[in-house]
Amino acid sequence: MRELASRPLSAAVSGMTTEVVDPVPGAGAPHLPRQTGLVQLLTPEGERVEHPDYAIDVTAEELRDLYRDLVLVRRWDVEATALQRQGELGIWASLLGQEAAQVGAGRALRPDDTAFPTYREHGVAWTRGVDPLHVISLFRGVDNGGWDPVATGFNLYTVVIGAQCLHATGYAMGLQRDGAESAALAFLGDGATSQGEVNEAMIWAASFSAPVVFFCQNNQYAISVPLERQSRVPLYQRAAGFGFPGVRVDGNDVLAVLAVTRAALAAAREGQGPTFIEAFTYRMGAHTTSDDPTRYRLASELEEWKLRDPIARVKAYLSRTGTADADFFADVEARADELAAHIRRGTTEMPDPPGTAMFDRVYAEQTPHLAAQQAQFEAYQAGFEGSHR
Amino acid sequence: MTQLLTIGKALNLGLRRAMEDDAKVVLMGEDIGRLGGVFRITDGLQKDFGEDRVVDTPLAEAGILGTAVGLAMRGYRPVCEIQFDGFVFPAYNQIVTQVAKIHARSRGRLAMPIVIRIPFGGGIGAVEHHSESPEAYFAHTPGLKVVAVSNPVDAYWGIQQAIAHPDPVVFLEPKRRYWDKGEVDTDATPDPLLAARVVRAGDDVTVLAYGPMVKTALQAAEAAAEEGRSLEVVDLRAISPLDLDPVVESVRRTGRCVVVHEAPVTLGLGAEIAARITESCFHSLEAPVLRVGGYDTPYPPSKLEEEYLPDLDRVLDAVDRAMEF
Repeated sequence: MRELASRPLSAAVSGMTTEVVDPVPGAGAPHLPRQTGLVQLLTPEGERVEHPDYAIDVTAEELRDLYRDLVLVRRWDVEATALQRQGELGIWASLLGQEAAQVGAGRALRPDDTAFPTYREHGVAWTRGVDPLHVISLFRGVDNGGWDPVATGFNLYTVVIGAQCLHATGYAMGLQRDGAESAALAFLGDGATSQGEVNEAMIWAASFSAPVVFFCQNNQYAISVPLERQSRVPLYQRAAGFGFPGVRVDGNDVLAVLAVTRAALAAAREGQGPTFIEAFTYRMGAHTTSDDPTRYRLASELEEWKLRDPIARVKAYLSRTGTADADFFADVEARADELAAHIRRGTTEMPDPPGTAMFDRVYAEQTPHLAAQQAQFEAYQAGFEGSHR
Repeated sequence: MTQLLTIGKALNLGLRRAMEDDAKVVLMGEDIGRLGGVFRITDGLQKDFGEDRVVDTPLAEAGILGTAVGLAMRGYRPVCEIQFDGFVFPAYNQIVTQVAKIHARSRGRLAMPIVIRIPFGGGIGAVEHHSESPEAYFAHTPGLKVVAVSNPVDAYWGIQQAIAHPDPVVFLEPKRRYWDKGEVDTDATPDPLLAARVVRAGDDVTVLAYGPMVKTALQAAEAAAEEGRSLEVVDLRAISPLDLDPVVESVRRTGRCVVVHEAPVTLGLGAEIAARITESCFHSLEAPVLRVGGYDTPYPPSKLEEEYLPDLDRVLDAVDRAMEF
């Protein structure tokens, strides 16, 4: 019933032989892996280029929308980092530099598709209509994410590395059983590709030809550990071993990411099974606000990646082609200011949860034992009424 | 209708009935389809319900539980078979960090009605990793419910109740008792899933057990009766949450309590039960709550398992000590 599609296993670089990134893992200073077989539709200089397998037809309005997404998502991220520095958030996992990978992937989803994020997919959350404050509340320690995963088609963040890839695969198996023509999109990072559960997810997805796409943002580092310690081959080539296509896309090119992810999701919905997408990008900031990347990577590397900025290239293209004018850019900036103000005000005014919240919904059917514990807690707390604890 | 069934067959019929009642019930596990499971608990089910509802999975326990989470998010009720107790640990991450927490962390927006069936305990002369009693790991994890069946009636009804239950249930099956027989009335009204049951009334000592040790406790009570001692035996049935109301009532009468399980005694269920009985029955106790369990060693090679496992004599020894205190 579910025949494996006869698609080439390396859609982007058919006929290519396996290339070893670094024959001596960890040797020498951290360096950029070579970029080969990269699907690109918009160069770092803002030039539109064509790719034989991934044509994309976007209207001027869609281009402007993508640009607006990118700017707003970056502004959210910058504001959240500032809020953490001011003590308003416990921690923040910045997406700086990965905006195009996330907006491109998120905008490739249809409303009935479901995304399974890690803890850094704020850009995808944005595309799913999640209120940034519902993401911020997690990093503030108010809850574990305040959005509705069912209504938004955007699952809750998963902090245990790679665990969500199995959830996406199982969800996709459910889609198959329901005869639904939608797909699951699993997010993961380069480090996660070393996790057993991620490899199990790919085996399952292949075995059941499940409608799931694995979207790997290779941002070059798993906290401090460079890609070479995770893999001796380019990540997208791993897919061939599992029996489905792997594609490497310029993760800083929102158009290419959109085109590649759309194609993979369409194939999944049509019953052609999974695809592995390696979005080749760079984490411009720290792993989280608790991290110090100067201990493990060179400033020159950062400078090199600044030249591949995901937003500057779209702005250059919009300007040069006359697709957007000064008023448009000013409007986007104004909206970014509004968003930042919304985030700042909403964060500082966000109430702490009541103490009893930790007892809520541990079970669908509360146990007498936990109910008794909660009653004990409430009685204990009541003893402090009138005093300041 | 009343039938004479083994525990294994009762489970098989219970699974069949659950699948007939709810089309969202999906069985997943290694060798459960064509083979019918290594203990044949799912025998014939794939033939009747198809490969999409009785899924022969890849050999990956984390994969079984992780994909079950995704299926549950899509509205299915996965019933996962872990082939042997010792093989649940590759899935432990998914069970503890995901299955147990998703209801709470999603504020109830995502339900996890997953059943994790685990044949557990020793006594079958197996090689290592096939005789473990991992229940305390799961009972220690908020968000999970843990039950252990001891007889065909609870096997038949319990598996159906666990599948219908809205929370994740670790369902422990006493593998060495799979072939024990009993009368099962398939039209009866079953006892609740999470309730303890007094299975033998007595006055001198309250003996608590679950799963395979219920039979051992009942044998001990039989032998004690010949010596003029009256043991009350309680089948706990639910391990998390514990239903200690009937236990407290019993211990207030007897003043003495012995807890029996195969798992190592240190930080086992007996430790928690002893603490709670002490809190609830302090003024009624004539002796400390005593524990009879596995030693704090890895489960031994099978030639030594008779020495390792609690048996009738070790239960009676504890009863003697409780009486003499």
